[in-house]
Amino acid sequence: MSNHQMRIERVAVFAHGAPLVALDATIAGGEVLTVMGPSGVGKSTLLAAITGTLPPGFHMTGRVVLNGVDVTDQPPRARRIGILFQDDLLFPHLSVAGNLAFGLRPGKGNARARRALIDTALDDIGLTGFGDRDPATLSGGQKARVALMRMLLSDPAALLLDEAFSRLDADRRAQIRDLVFTRARQRNLPVLMVTHDAEDARAAGGPVIDLHPPS
Amino acid sequence: MSRNNPMGLRHAPALTVALMLGPVLAGLLGTLAPAFGYFPALGRSGFSLDPFRQLADWPGLGAAMRLSVTTGLAATALSLGLTALILAAWHGTRGFRWMERALSPLLSVPHAAAAFGIAFLIAPSGWIARALSPWATGWNTPPDLLILQDPWGIAMTLGLVVKELPFLLLMSLAALPQLRPQDSLRVAQSLDYGRVRGWMLTVFPRLYGLIRLPVYAVLAYSMTVVDVAIILGPNTPPPLSVQIVRWMNDPDLQLRLPAAAAALVQLGLVAAALLLWRGAEAAIARAGQRLAGLGARGTGDRPWQLAALGAAGLSVLLVLLGLAGLGLWSVAGFWRFPDALPDAITLNTWMRHGGGALPVLATTLLVALWATAIALILTLACLEAERRLGLRMGRLGSLMLYLPLLVPQIAFLPGLQTLALITGADLSLTSVVLAHTVFVIPYVFLSLGDPYRRMDPRFDRVAAALGATDRRSFWHLRLPLMLGPVLTAAAIGIAVSVGQYLPTLLIGAGRIQTLTTEAVALAAGGNRRIIGIYALLQTGTVIAGFALALILPRLIWARRRDMRGAV
Repeated sequence: MSNHQMRIERVAVFAHGAPLVALDATIAGGEVLTVMGPSGVGKSTLLAAITGTLPPGFHMTGRVVLNGVDVTDQPPRARRIGILFQDDLLFPHLSVAGNLAFGLRPGKGNARARRALIDTALDDIGLTGFGDRDPATLSGGQKARVALMRMLLSDPAALLLDEAFSRLDADRRAQIRDLVFTRARQRNLPVLMVTHDAEDARAAGGPVIDLHPPS
Repeated sequence: MSRNNPMGLRHAPALTVALMLGPVLAGLLGTLAPAFGYFPALGRSGFSLDPFRQLADWPGLGAAMRLSVTTGLAATALSLGLTALILAAWHGTRGFRWMERALSPLLSVPHAAAAFGIAFLIAPSGWIARALSPWATGWNTPPDLLILQDPWGIAMTLGLVVKELPFLLLMSLAALPQLRPQDSLRVAQSLDYGRVRGWMLTVFPRLYGLIRLPVYAVLAYSMTVVDVAIILGPNTPPPLSVQIVRWMNDPDLQLRLPAAAAALVQLGLVAAALLLWRGAEAAIARAGQRLAGLGARGTGDRPWQLAALGAAGLSVLLVLLGLAGLGLWSVAGFWRFPDALPDAITLNTWMRHGGGALPVLATTLLVALWATAIALILTLACLEAERRLGLRMGRLGSLMLYLPLLVPQIAFLPGLQTLALITGADLSLTSVVLAHTVFVIPYVFLSLGDPYRRMDPRFDRVAAALGATDRRSFWHLRLPLMLGPVLTAAAIGIAVSVGQYLPTLLIGAGRIQTLTTEAVALAAGGNRRIIGIYALLQTGTVIAGFALALILPRLIWARRRDMRGAV
């Protein structure tokens, strides 16, 4: 298991030239950094800056360094930064297995070997035999697990959580949160979580940063 | 920014605009030159005002110009007024859902087919006269009445309204949700305003701002339409656009000069009418504000609702009965005048003329599929450039999209033909396809743009985070997600192409025959049985496209629940 680390070096995001949000932090592998703050403070935009998907009209300064490599200028798909949103965003036109296959990196053997990896992944999240199912027929918790596994299969080096648990009901919320944190710790992934829920922050057990609107 | 984009993507918007504007501008130039006497192919290389003098000497000019303006303004005002009335009286009710379902299929009936259908209904020997004869009218022979092709263009206006009403209604329905009309109406009604008055005062002014360009397009189209005018419009003189086509098709090339001058006059008329319309907008807005300031509640909704229902019902009935009449004529045996139905049903007409229609159908499909494919590829490339590179079309871009719909075809297509004559360019199937593409692109873009832009951008971000390239995201994610809207846009593109008359006639130099040009050419002969065949094939082709666009996604995504609704 490699020892991951994500450094957010003086990252500042500007909306049409005006400063919006800034962060300077280092997250060790297996650690969860929680960023809290009222809505509209730019939490999601900060994550978009880190994944390299800022919408037009926004720009950033600072660097994002992953395991010693500066990925700031790399295209989003080459950064290996996984992200989970509050919606599962399973691709509605693909089966459950199709969604996982979309995440699984190429070069993992032939079709049969890939299918075996996907079946193992489904066993792993307690969804044995769900491969051919339509994602629309899954429960909220099951969808969240598929979304997590799809992201893990893409072999990320860091994980971002954008209010990832806020759409789940209280029971499932704790369950899925534990699952995500456990998997991230197993893989020694640095995790950056934005949330407005104090319970999420407590469960993460890591440092917490409060963002305020720029004065 | 991503680095795996094909070079072409960056240039897609410019290429698309060039493909639309190039022919329009070149065509206008090609009209301008001969209008001022420059026509080297005829040995005229100087400039003069002779073409305009020649035009002024044509005794029908005044009436032709007047017809263009009156029918155009009347058709547009009626279509817009009825659209507003239907929405004000019914939008948001269960009855409206039914009206919407009944009216929207009218969009897929080509203009020419709808016009033929109406002609068969209202002609002195048409279905309505037959149904009332002889018991109510005492007619045993068709009366000598000038109902069809009446000198005031009433029949022609009617034919335009039944087609433009569903178009404006659809454009309004696409724009309405962002205005939250139910909220405004609820507020107005809580202040004791009647439904119609409340809607007209609170929703319509904002709606009009959003459908202004489609309304202008309807005005420009209605003033210059040729096929509907040939079928339903007056003959002596015809509306100006029809006279231009007559001159353009005359073997005497000298007549191209007054034709070009008339095309410029026609363009000026459209520009003037648009200005007039714009002025009327301001006047009506002021009157509306004064009305709102009076505070009268206008509670008598019933009569308005009945009038709106009547207008919608009449439009649907006219087109559907017209199509039924066309169908019946195509299989009719002997059919004497006052009889409401033919003596016998026979496939004779289809046997004799159906075979000849097949190559025409093939050409029609070939042109429509090529034009639609080109338009779809360009549209998708523009939308992908927008998504990947952030190259957004601004206000200017959307205005560009409407330009081929605002500049009347009759103003620049003759110029394109003249230009080909001057430069010796060969007018072939390819040029007809390209000419169709000019008019197909705007509709394909307008139809696909909204759903494409509404697609959740987080899907793209998830795919990128999973390591997918832009290319993979497009082919495996965005295109499948957009299958329904893409097929709908394709069906609309095919419908637009199949319905084109002037581009096929003028750019094909009379050598390319589609169902529409053939049907309109048959209009003069008046053989209702053969016209029925062509008009039915024309309508059937368009409807088949829409049916496929509706059915295919349901079949392909039968096992994907979230793909069956709108994505």
